[in-house]
Amino acid sequence: MIRTPLRPLARILKARDRGENPDRIEAENRRLRHERMQDRARQRAEGRLLVMAGVFLLAFGAIGLRMGVLASTVPEEPTAQARGNPIIGQRADILDRRGRILATNLQTHSLYAQPPQMVDPQKAATDLAAIFPELEAEELLEDFTGPRRFLWIRREISPEQMQAVHDIGDPGLMFGPREMRLYPNGAVAAHVLGGASYGREGVSSAEVIGVAGVEKYFDDRLRDPANEGAPLRLSLDLSVQAASERVLQGGMMLMNAKGASSVLMDVSTGEVVSMVSLPDFDPNDRPRGPAEGDQGDSPLFNRAVQGVYELGSVFKIFTVAQALDLGLVEPDTVIDTSGPLYWGRFSIRNYRDYGDELTTREVIVKSSNIGTARIAQEIGAERQRDFLDRLGFLEPAPAEMVEAPTGAPLLPDNWSEISTMTISYGHGLSLSPLHLAAGYASLVNGGTRVTPTLLRRDRPQQGARVVSEEVSARARAMLRGVVTDGTASFGGVAGYRVGGKTGTANKPRPQGGYFEDKTIATFATVFPADDPRYVLIVTLDEPQIEALGETRRTAGWTAVPVAAEMIRRAAPLLDMRPDVASPRPAGVTLTSN
Amino acid sequence: MRSFLYVISALSVVALGVWAYQENYRTQEAMREVRALHGQIGAAHERLQMLRAEWAYLNRPDRLRDLAELNFERLRLLPLMPDAFGKVGQIAYPAPALLPITNPVEVASDNAPEAADDDPEEAVQ
Repeated sequence: MIRTPLRPLARILKARDRGENPDRIEAENRRLRHERMQDRARQRAEGRLLVMAGVFLLAFGAIGLRMGVLASTVPEEPTAQARGNPIIGQRADILDRRGRILATNLQTHSLYAQPPQMVDPQKAATDLAAIFPELEAEELLEDFTGPRRFLWIRREISPEQMQAVHDIGDPGLMFGPREMRLYPNGAVAAHVLGGASYGREGVSSAEVIGVAGVEKYFDDRLRDPANEGAPLRLSLDLSVQAASERVLQGGMMLMNAKGASSVLMDVSTGEVVSMVSLPDFDPNDRPRGPAEGDQGDSPLFNRAVQGVYELGSVFKIFTVAQALDLGLVEPDTVIDTSGPLYWGRFSIRNYRDYGDELTTREVIVKSSNIGTARIAQEIGAERQRDFLDRLGFLEPAPAEMVEAPTGAPLLPDNWSEISTMTISYGHGLSLSPLHLAAGYASLVNGGTRVTPTLLRRDRPQQGARVVSEEVSARARAMLRGVVTDGTASFGGVAGYRVGGKTGTANKPRPQGGYFEDKTIATFATVFPADDPRYVLIVTLDEPQIEALGETRRTAGWTAVPVAAEMIRRAAPLLDMRPDVASPRPAGVTLTSN
Repeated sequence: MRSFLYVISALSVVALGVWAYQENYRTQEAMREVRALHGQIGAAHERLQMLRAEWAYLNRPDRLRDLAELNFERLRLLPLMPDAFGKVGQIAYPAPALLPITNPVEVASDNAPEAADDDPEEAVQ
């Protein structure tokens, strides 16, 4: 760049000639130079400011635009994140204690029609009636040609049926995906599982809701997506349940009973390993409840939980155990059993005459009503009621089923002395078999309270103490005596040391009084008696067999053999090894040195 | 020196731009793959569910019992009863495996010339 000199020689010489001060020229030039420099600096600064303003404008513009875009578009979930499993949206499975499926879901299709879009309603109606035999062509045609714009034809169809409907080729017939609840084992454990049906239905999906049993009780948990489809594990064992149902079904037919139930319970954890109520039903096709008549005879009725019965002599062991616990009697205390025993206008008789005196142990083994009633008189109403309360007999058994609260025990209005005496041998108080199972489990497991549960548990319950450990052991010894030399002599199963108590109760008439020829036969067992692991309750409703020239209705002839067979089948499946004193192994010579 | 810095920063901006461009497309590709995999997992789940249901249905106790009864002639299957339990002592030890032959013995007749006389007594001598 050409710098302009501050003191150009030509101008200075000229100014000197004119006698002017040459410094003014220099000052003038210096001023001009400074002005130019100032202009340049200002220009540059302005340029920078412009760039800055541009940058800010762009930045704010971009932000504003982005905000506008965000505000005006439909919100969308970020997809770039690693998500969890997005597939599990179904109702959770129900498994048995070993992980076998009791209830699961199946993807099927539903079939619906939109009549306005139909090409040939006549053909569609006849072809549909040919595919689904339960549909009527006339009714379908009426629907298709009527004013309806939408109708369901079938809620679930199989792939074969779907293909057949496809082949009709009518555009007015449509399919929607549909989830269906499947109980692959059919009627096995039907009463526990209950059943499921559809809640709100849409074309693209439908709500599956539980209608009874465990399905309804755990409906929220099974449907909650937060559980990510984690299956519900029950305490039932599928193979034991199936074997029990088979044996009980056979026993019920053999004993000409009209109904039967059984409960198999773990004495320490309270887990119900099998629960059977016959007659039963298929939960895949759950029948409707009876509109009239006795609900108790419906296949839907769960006799093991909902059915409360006067269970009879199986109750005696509770009376005796309480008396032992209170120190009122010892197993060999002699009880006066001369009868009949009169109390007001009531008389208490024994089923047979066993003589005038029996020891406490014999009262149980021979099942003496009079003996038990006398012991109960000593206990008194107050203490008896309190003891039964501690066993949980005064409220519904707390099983995880929606039907459980309906199995409320029937208690006497006025717990008088005669009530105490009849309750002592199981009359005047109605309980469900599940109650009885829990009571027996509490009594024999060492004397701590057990509440029944249908869920898998892996540790024993630490319940409140009901009786002392010693009384529990004595009660077990008495129960074992009933089987070895008492009323339940058919109940022995080699190797399992079964103990138990029979109970035969006449059914009460609806008008009052009791039927002479209708009984409830119950056998409550514990095995093995010396180291109890399971309690089994078998109840037969109105059993009756001809044996040795007589009609037999007592539990000893009916429920006991069925229970023994059930233990024979179930115990090996529960990994229980029979403890048989085996003969000397062949080929081994025992020597001593 | 200054211009060198300018060049370097310009180049790095270009390089970063290229890298970001590639990352963007790689991410989109990965997301497409994830979507496809989710779809596949869903289909596999559905199939698995169906197979599990079918397995449970085919193994339902009633059917197995009926099959065991139908095929009793062939399989002789009985329900598990208490007498099925045994003792470990009742099971024979497995026969020891034969050792490999390390010192084979020459058999007299092996590769031997045809004996003139088949008299066994002479063969012994």
